[in-house]
Amino acid sequence: MTDVLSYDFMRIALAMAVLIGLTAPAIGTFIVQRKLSLLGDGIGHIALTGIGLGLLTGTSPILGALVVTVLGALAIELLRARSRSGGDVALALLFYGGLAGGALLTQAQSGGSSLQSYLFGSISSVTADDLYVVAGLAVAVLAIVAVFGRDLFLLCQDEELARAAGLRVRFLSVLIAVTAAVTVVIAMRAVGLLLVGALMIIPVAAAQQLARGFRATMLGAMVIGVLSAVSGLLGSFQYDLQPGPSIVLFALAVFLVAVVAGAALRRRRAVATRPVPGGTAGNGPGTAAGSASHETAAHETVLGAAARAHVEPEAEVLGG
Amino acid sequence: MTPPPFAMTAGRVRLDGREVLAGIDLVVAPGDVVALTGPNGSGKSTLVRALLGLLPLSGGRTEIYGRVPSRFRDWGRIGYVPQRLPMGGGVPATVREVVASGRTARQSRWRPASSADRAAVDRALAAVGLTDRARDSAHLLSGGQQQRVLIARALAGEPDVIVMDEPNAGVDADNQEALARTLGMLTGEGRTVVLVLHELGPLEPLITRTVRLENGRIAAETRLRAATTALATGGARASEQLAEGSAA
Repeated sequence: MTDVLSYDFMRIALAMAVLIGLTAPAIGTFIVQRKLSLLGDGIGHIALTGIGLGLLTGTSPILGALVVTVLGALAIELLRARSRSGGDVALALLFYGGLAGGALLTQAQSGGSSLQSYLFGSISSVTADDLYVVAGLAVAVLAIVAVFGRDLFLLCQDEELARAAGLRVRFLSVLIAVTAAVTVVIAMRAVGLLLVGALMIIPVAAAQQLARGFRATMLGAMVIGVLSAVSGLLGSFQYDLQPGPSIVLFALAVFLVAVVAGAALRRRRAVATRPVPGGTAGNGPGTAAGSASHETAAHETVLGAAARAHVEPEAEVLGG
Repeated sequence: MTPPPFAMTAGRVRLDGREVLAGIDLVVAPGDVVALTGPNGSGKSTLVRALLGLLPLSGGRTEIYGRVPSRFRDWGRIGYVPQRLPMGGGVPATVREVVASGRTARQSRWRPASSADRAAVDRALAAVGLTDRARDSAHLLSGGQQQRVLIARALAGEPDVIVMDEPNAGVDADNQEALARTLGMLTGEGRTVVLVLHELGPLEPLITRTVRLENGRIAAETRLRAATTALATGGARASEQLAEGSAA
């Protein structure tokens, strides 16, 4: 561990991994709830054109990516709001255009050698200046989540409820898309553009297996995000692997553990709250929780409890 | 004379090229408990959404407290209860989180929830009898309980007007009675209520006026009793008084 920290580039990379692990799942929780899970992926494709433009014009690839992804996010939101089918095909055109444009532009500049590093992440090339930019962007993303969190929660629950609460729905939708774009730029150096969306989605998918609430899901996802980013990075250093795929595979492993643990947890809760004829609630390991929530169950009609038992397996299928 | 909660004149709404509302004139006075009835597809839910400004009018005009919806700002006065708890992408939310989101229109973005906010959420949870489920996932509750979560969500905003879209659809008899009790309490406090209903059921004693829609027009209006403006009489008593005072 200490010899890992003796490398300058690893200290920078680890700081970056923590920032990525915090920001990507924070905005990702809203994106998953909004059913836009592939948004990060699409923005990642578009960002490649920005990098190509940055390289070609001799300016910073990060700034190039930032400008192009924010414009791309605005275009995506516009297409999504305009067309009823979600602008499905138009979005696909935008994504493929971004990827193809970026591939050509980077090839024109560097003969294609740097393309791989942007697609799958490359930690050793990250500089301290990159870290400062990323830290600034990360603070901005977390501030947006903190200040607009309540509004975004309502928007992602239901757009109509948000409108009936007087929220500016269009502004907030753009805010989510732009924040996602900024997050893509934050994460692209370490995770790579093709896998950047994974860190927005997988930690959230893992946390929602275990949590009962939105805030708990978001905080859990941020813990899993930091854990995955740091562990994946250390693993890639140890075994000389690419950081992006290592981070994503680690996150997927956490997800699988969470699925198994979540299923066990739900079964326990179901046993604990199911009213048993004769007045003894629960059995086995669920007994303690069972007697605590037996009162709750007694307040309900049998019909209500039966309906809940019906809902539970359905929720498992949905991954909730 | 303060303007009424809702006033629509010659309201028309087109959806997919079909005229769903074909010229509606409707004024909802303060303290009114209006039931919108009619067959499926008669435009009840569309009317409710048009009154709230959630659907644009293709003709006519509608106002919320004297302002067109796009210029109305005081959304904290309106509590909207949709038919179903939205599921979204499956990120869980606790009952308390959903109910607390009803305060959004009354909260400053720059401050954390105040003790007044928390107290309002507590009262709303108690009013629908879900205090002991506050920390559970809302989407794992039964349909009737989810309906109560949504009503508590609207109550948490302490609105003057409550708009409910089919609150009794798919809800068992016990939960319908519970809804009637909650509504009795609200109308006892003099709040205005607009409901989309298939049948009046246990809510009948509370309703002051029914408006029957057919093919996007108002087919019949019945005044059952006078709108209450009495404040702070106990819920059950208020509804009893209403029931007694209804000669119509």
